[in-house]
Amino acid sequence: MSLKRACAIAGVAESRLGVVPDSTVLSLQAEAFVSALADAGLHKSDVDGLLVSGAWGRLPGLQIAEYLGIQPTYSDSTMVGGASFEFHLGHAAAAIQAGLCKVAVILYGSTQRSRADKYIFQIRSDLGYQYEAPYGLPTPVGSYALAASRHFAQYGTTNEQLADLAVSTREWASLNPKAYRREPITREDVLNSGPIATPLNKLDCCLFTDGGGAVVVVSPDIAKTLDKPPVWLLGQGESVSHAQISEMRDLTITPAARSGARAFEMAGVSHGDLDVVEIYDSFTITVLLTLESLGFCPSGAGGEFIANGRTGPSGEFPLNTNGGGLSYCHPGQYGIFLIIEAVRQLRGECDVRQVANAALALISGTGGVLSSNSTCILGVE
Amino acid sequence: MSDEDLPDPDSEPYWEGVASGELRYRRCGSCDAAIFYPRSLCTECGAPDPDWAVSKGLGKVYACSIVHRPPPSFRGEAPYAVLLVDLDEGFRMISRLSEGDPESICIGDRVQVVFNDGPDGLPTPYFIPA
Ligand SMILES: [Zn+2]
Repeated sequence: MSLKRACAIAGVAESRLGVVPDSTVLSLQAEAFVSALADAGLHKSDVDGLLVSGAWGRLPGLQIAEYLGIQPTYSDSTMVGGASFEFHLGHAAAAIQAGLCKVAVILYGSTQRSRADKYIFQIRSDLGYQYEAPYGLPTPVGSYALAASRHFAQYGTTNEQLADLAVSTREWASLNPKAYRREPITREDVLNSGPIATPLNKLDCCLFTDGGGAVVVVSPDIAKTLDKPPVWLLGQGESVSHAQISEMRDLTITPAARSGARAFEMAGVSHGDLDVVEIYDSFTITVLLTLESLGFCPSGAGGEFIANGRTGPSGEFPLNTNGGGLSYCHPGQYGIFLIIEAVRQLRGECDVRQVANAALALISGTGGVLSSNSTCILGVE
Repeated sequence: MSDEDLPDPDSEPYWEGVASGELRYRRCGSCDAAIFYPRSLCTECGAPDPDWAVSKGLGKVYACSIVHRPPPSFRGEAPYAVLLVDLDEGFRMISRLSEGDPESICIGDRVQVVFNDGPDGLPTPYFIPA
């Protein structure tokens, strides 16, 4: 079975990002929903599928459909953390391929910065979490810090290498008018930004912002009728491995190893074919581990891979070209913005940060504490 | 342990063990896998109702992070070293260095369990250098 060309992405949009106090978590999603449909050239009445994620409400999938005034006949509320939207893309493709819907919208929003829905940092102390709760591990950063500590010890990875990724990502953000942090930073700025949980410093960590996004996924038949060129899903894989960091067997290998292998096989492409890569950067270490797990470099070589500006605007490996969760926005669950940026790059809509002749993109979302991953390969052909 | 609904039916023997100075885990009667945290089935082969066993509490640090910005209820305790420990019996658990300089512990170090009062005053397993 394959999802290759089972669907196309026809429209993408963000809501306002950053700090948006004059919004609700519902109005912010409506903002993105309306803009993404306009981008696709479709109408609200065309939407028959809805895929949402979030812990902001009691029943988010019902609350947002009600607010928008739609009654989808296919819905999916898969919640596996920040990677949920890459899972959704695969699920939407499967549903469209099965004929269950034709126009599906993937939707997210959060007002965690301006309002009280700081759900993602809520600490649980029941069930499996009762064995972790007594020790004061800050979530999620402490878990990523433990993984970084292991990678440092096992492979000699350094804070300087992680810092270089943050610097390169900021360089991309400086080219994106929508990015929250645009002022340039240096390696020393990152190293001196203060320890959160060793070895991670403050500037190794993502932003804490409001924001929403929407992605319109359509059947091949509909894609061919629209004005903008379709962006095709060529491959997708997903994998979940654990909920707590103590249950992750090898802290240096993420679920991206399995999901990435499936995505590459489905798409029938290899690493060297890719023009642009968008990888979830909740923390600098997330990117390093994902790159290794996806096979862009051997295990242990990720530090070298990301160092010295290689992933920046003047480097040879364009990565996180919108400025990422580190510098552009991070409203709790960032994964939907990976899709939005990849689609814009493939359409050639990225102005000064446009990667020349981008035709093939990989996106890889990681959720929880390196717990879940879905990797998708998108192309214009 | 700080939830009022705890211990629960899965964890009761574990916390009873901690209260009496034992670090308990479970071992599968079918495939001999060590299972932690304690569950009602074997995570390797799926066999139900693994046996309870007692660990010697000796192991090796697998990962270590010194927390400088703790969650609100742990403010005042930082910096402290959170550890992932691989116990000699073949399971991994999260814990903390009990006392002393958090910088003094390294990945690969041998450690030994101790039972001290946890955040809610109840006995909790911590580790010290072995
Ligand atoms: Zn077994």
